[in-house]
Amino acid sequence: MTKPKIASTSLCGCFGCHMSILDIDDRILKLVELVEFDKSPINDIKRFTDRCLVGLIEGGCANQENVKVLREFRSHCDVLVSVGDCATMGGIPAMRNGIPLKECLAEAYLDGPTVHNETGRVPHDEELPLILDKVYPCHEVVKIDYHLPGCPPPADAIWEAVVALLNNKPLDLPYELLKYD
Amino acid sequence: MSDEITFTIDGVEVTGTQGQTIMQAADQAGIYIPRLCWHADLSPGGSCRVCTVKVNGRAQAACTYPISEGMLVQNETDEIREWRKSIVEMLFVEGNHFCMFCEKSGNCELQAMAYRFGIATPRYPYMFPQRDVDASHPDVFIDRNRCILCGRCVRASRDVDGKNIFQFVNRGRETRIAINAEANLADTALSAMDKAVEVCPVGAILRKRVGYAVPVGKRKYDHEPIGSDIEARRAKS
Amino acid sequence: MNLKVDQVVKKLTAASGRDRTRMMDVVRGVQAELGCVSGEAMEAIARELGCERVEVEGVVSFYAFLSKQPKGKAVIRISDCVVCRMKGADKVTEAFEQALGIRVGETTADGQIGLERTACIGLCDQGPAALVNDVPVTYLSTEKVSEIVDSLTATGEPKKLVKTLGEGKNATERIHSMVINNVRKKGEVIFAGMEPGAALRKAAGMSPQEVIREVKTARLRGRGGAGFPAGMKWEFCRKAAGERKFVICNADEGEPGTFKDRVILTECPELLIEGMAIAGYAIGAEQGIIYLRGEYDYLRAHLEFSMAQMHEKGLLGDGIAGKKGFAFDIRIQMGAGAYVCGEESALIQSCEGQRGSPRDRPPFPVEVGYLNMPTVVNNVETFCCAARIVEKGAGWFAELGSKDSTGTKLFSVSGDCSLPGVYELPFGLTISEFLETVGGRDAIAVQVGGPSGTCVNPEMFDRRICFEDLGTGGSMIVFGPQRSLLDAASQFMDFFVEESCGWCVPCRVGNVLIKERLDRIRQGKGQAEDLDYLEQLCETVKRCSRCGLGQTSPNPVQTTLKHFREHYTQRLVESKDGLQPTFDLTAALGDAVEAQGREPVFHED
Repeated sequence: MTKPKIASTSLCGCFGCHMSILDIDDRILKLVELVEFDKSPINDIKRFTDRCLVGLIEGGCANQENVKVLREFRSHCDVLVSVGDCATMGGIPAMRNGIPLKECLAEAYLDGPTVHNETGRVPHDEELPLILDKVYPCHEVVKIDYHLPGCPPPADAIWEAVVALLNNKPLDLPYELLKYD
Repeated sequence: MSDEITFTIDGVEVTGTQGQTIMQAADQAGIYIPRLCWHADLSPGGSCRVCTVKVNGRAQAACTYPISEGMLVQNETDEIREWRKSIVEMLFVEGNHFCMFCEKSGNCELQAMAYRFGIATPRYPYMFPQRDVDASHPDVFIDRNRCILCGRCVRASRDVDGKNIFQFVNRGRETRIAINAEANLADTALSAMDKAVEVCPVGAILRKRVGYAVPVGKRKYDHEPIGSDIEARRAKS
Repeated sequence: MNLKVDQVVKKLTAASGRDRTRMMDVVRGVQAELGCVSGEAMEAIARELGCERVEVEGVVSFYAFLSKQPKGKAVIRISDCVVCRMKGADKVTEAFEQALGIRVGETTADGQIGLERTACIGLCDQGPAALVNDVPVTYLSTEKVSEIVDSLTATGEPKKLVKTLGEGKNATERIHSMVINNVRKKGEVIFAGMEPGAALRKAAGMSPQEVIREVKTARLRGRGGAGFPAGMKWEFCRKAAGERKFVICNADEGEPGTFKDRVILTECPELLIEGMAIAGYAIGAEQGIIYLRGEYDYLRAHLEFSMAQMHEKGLLGDGIAGKKGFAFDIRIQMGAGAYVCGEESALIQSCEGQRGSPRDRPPFPVEVGYLNMPTVVNNVETFCCAARIVEKGAGWFAELGSKDSTGTKLFSVSGDCSLPGVYELPFGLTISEFLETVGGRDAIAVQVGGPSGTCVNPEMFDRRICFEDLGTGGSMIVFGPQRSLLDAASQFMDFFVEESCGWCVPCRVGNVLIKERLDRIRQGKGQAEDLDYLEQLCETVKRCSRCGLGQTSPNPVQTTLKHFREHYTQRLVESKDGLQPTFDLTAALGDAVEAQGREPVFHED
C-alpha cells in the first residue's frame, strides 16, 4: 500500500512554522510511518515528484516567486492548508501593506539611516523576483481549504490537523490550540 | 416585589429588575451574551453590535435594550452566532491586528472573542488601512492599527475621568479616535492611571513598559474562553 | 493668536448665547466667514462654549460641508447621485477638472475655487446639478461648465451664476434661483392651495385631544419613508412627561432621488408652518425647529420671510388664531451635509450641536428627544397633510389613497422617463400606472423609495405603491433598458459607505465589504459562492445595524439579487485550477516594475 504524500513550503515566512512541525517531537516517527514527504524543505526535495494529498503552506505571497510556488502547490495538492499567521493574514511582512512599495524600497535600500548602498539603486538583478504591491494572504491568491493560525501554530495543532486530514475527518481545533500568537 | 421582571433567554426563565438592560439581567443569571464595546464601569455604547440578540423576533443590542415582562430573548441560535462571528471578522479585517507581537495578546477581548467563536481566519478580505501610532506621551501610547472604535476610552474619559480627552472624528470608514490636542497625546491631560487607559479592550491604548509581563499559558484567555466567568455563575446556582 | 479667528468666534458664539447645544450654528458660521474651521478656531470655540477642542473637532469632521482645511472661496460640489450620473455628471466632472486644472478634492492654487463631489442634492429632475457654495446650478453640460468657471474666475461671486430664474417662488428676490419646481401633477392635499390660517383657526376651536383624534382617524402615516402613524406619535408625545416639549420638522430629505420637500418649502412653507403649530398645540409644545438640510441653504431666507409673515398675521407667536395661550414659534436649524441626520435621533443630536450619530432606541424621541424632552419629529409633507386634515376633516383625507395608506403622496420622479418632476398622486396606484403617468414605458426597473427601498422588476409592475405593498418616502427612480443595474447598485453602495456615521461595526465595515464584493462581480471576477457571501453580509448589516441607515443600506444589493439575479449570474466566472480570479499578478507587480525599473522575468521549469 502506498502512503499518502504530503508537501510543504515556506513562502514569505521565517521557517518558524516548519520549526513548529518539527516540534511534534517523537511523533515525527509516527508521521513518517503515516505519510511520505514529497516536495518539502524537511527532506530538501525541490520539485514535485507526484500528486500529493496535503500541501502545507507557510508564509504569505510577497513576490512573484511566492505566487508561482503557491500556484504549483495548488495544482499538485488535493488539500491546501495555510499554516501560520503569515499564510493566513500576511503576518509580520504585511506590516508594509499600508505603505506604498516605492517608499518601502527607498527606506530599505536608499534613504534609511543604516543604508550603505553605493549603487544608489534598488537591487534590480534579473535573478531577484519582483516584489508584489503588498503581501497577500494565501487565500487571496489561490483557494485554500484550511487555515491554521498562530505564530507559529502550536505543534499539537499541526499534528491534529495533519492526522484529521489523513483520516478524512473535519478539522476542528480545541480551544487551547486555536491561537493567533 | 413590583419592580421584578421575568422573561426568558433561550427558554430559560430570567428575573431582573425594572430599568435593567438585557445584558445586566443575563449577566446576573449567568448567561453570557458576547460583547466588546460594553464595560462594567461605563455606560453602554451600543456600537459593536456583538451583543445582538433577538427580542420577540427582532434584532436588538442586549447592552442597551431594557427588559420587560414576558419578553422572549434569543441568544444562542445559529443565526445570531453567525451575525456575531461576522461582526468580529469585520473588525479583524478593518484594522491591522498583528497579534503575534501585540502586548495585549492573550488578554485581548477582540482576540478572545474570535477564539470563542472558533474563527481560524476571517472570511473577508483584509483592508490593511494606513493608521498611525502616537508614542509622544511618557507613559501611554496609542496604536490606532489596533483600535476597534468601541468608544470605551471616549466614555471613560468623559464620564469617569472627567477629562474628555478622546472623541470620535470623521465618519463612516474614516472614523477614528482623536485626542484633545492638535497633534500629540503628550499635549493632553492624560495620565497613565486614567480609566480611559485601563478600559481599552485591545492593544490600542496601553501603558508603556508593562507589556508581555505574563508568560504565554498564564494569560487571561489562554485556557478559558471569554465569558467563562459569567457562565460559571450559572453553573454554581 | 489670530485676532480675526478670535473675533469671528466670539461674535458667533455670542450670537448663539454661548450655548454648547448651538454649536452647529457656530461652526457653520466660522466655515462661512473664514473658509474653514481651523485647529485654532476649534480651540477658540471650545473656550467660548465651555467644552473641549476635540468635541468641536468631532462635530466639524462629521459634516461634509465643514472642514478643518481651507477649501476655496467658492466650492463647486457636484451631485454624485445615481440620477445625475445617468444624466452625464461624470462628463461634467471631467470638464470641471479640465477647466480648473485640478482634480476632485483639490482647490485651485490661488485658493479661489474648490471642486468636490457630494451626495444627492435633491435636483435629480434637472441634473446634472451642483452647488456652488449655496447656489444650485442645474442642467449642467460641458458648455455650461466653461461659463461657470469663467464667471467664477472673473467675479468670484457664485450668486452671479444665476441668470435665468426658475418658475414660481424660485423667481422671488429671496430665493433667486435657477431651480425649477417641475410640479407635474397637483393633487387635493398638498398643492390644492389653502387659505393661510384656515387650519390653525380650525385647530384653535378644537381641544388638543380632538386634534390628535382627527389625525388618528385620518390614519395619516409619516411621509419620510417609514410610514409610522403620525397621530400615534403625537399621542405618545402628549402623554410623555416633560417640562417642555418640542416639534421638529425633518427637512433633511437626502435619500437619493428625493426632492419633493424642496418644492413644498419653496411653494407652500405656510402650510408646513401651520402643520407644525398644530402639532405643537396637539402635544403641548411651544417651540418648533425646522432642520433644513445644508443643501437647501438657498431657501432659508425665504422660509424666514414666510415665518415673519405668519407672525404678522397672528399665525405664529403668542395667541395664534386669536386663541389665548396658543403660542408657538419656530427656529431654523441648518444641517451641513450628512444624510444620516435624516434619521430622527441623529437629527436631534445635530440640533443639539453634536455629531449626527443616531441614539439608542428606546427611549424614543417622543419620550426623550431634543434636550432630553419629549419631541415629535415629522417629515415636511406629514405636517402639511396634518394641517389639511384639520382643515378639511379626517373623513375627507381617509377617502383618498388606499386602505392603510390614506391621502395623497408626493413623488419625486427622476431617471429614464420623459416627464421627471414632482407628482402628487393618491397612494395605491400600480407601478405600471405610475410609469404610464411619468412617461417611463420602457423601464426595465424602478427604484421605489430610493436606494434604501426596493428595486422592482417588470414582473412586479402590477404591485401597488403604498405602505402595505411597496412603501416609499417619495423617491422614484426609473431605469431604462440602457442602464446597468449593478452599476447603479454599486453607486448606491458608495453613497451608504460615504454616509454611514461610523458608530456601529456592521454598517461602518459591512457596507464597504458589500461594495467590494459587488464590484468584484461587476468586473467579471466573481464566483458563484460570492452570491452567498453577499447574501450573508447583507443579512448581518441589516439585522445588526443600529439605525435605519444600516438596516436598509444593503437593499440595493439585496433587492437586485432577488429581483434581477440574472444580472449577477451572467457575470460570474468559474475559478480555474483553484486560482482566485481576483488576484492579478501583472497588476500586483505594477509598483515594483515602476520602482525597480525592469519588467518581471518568468522562469519556466
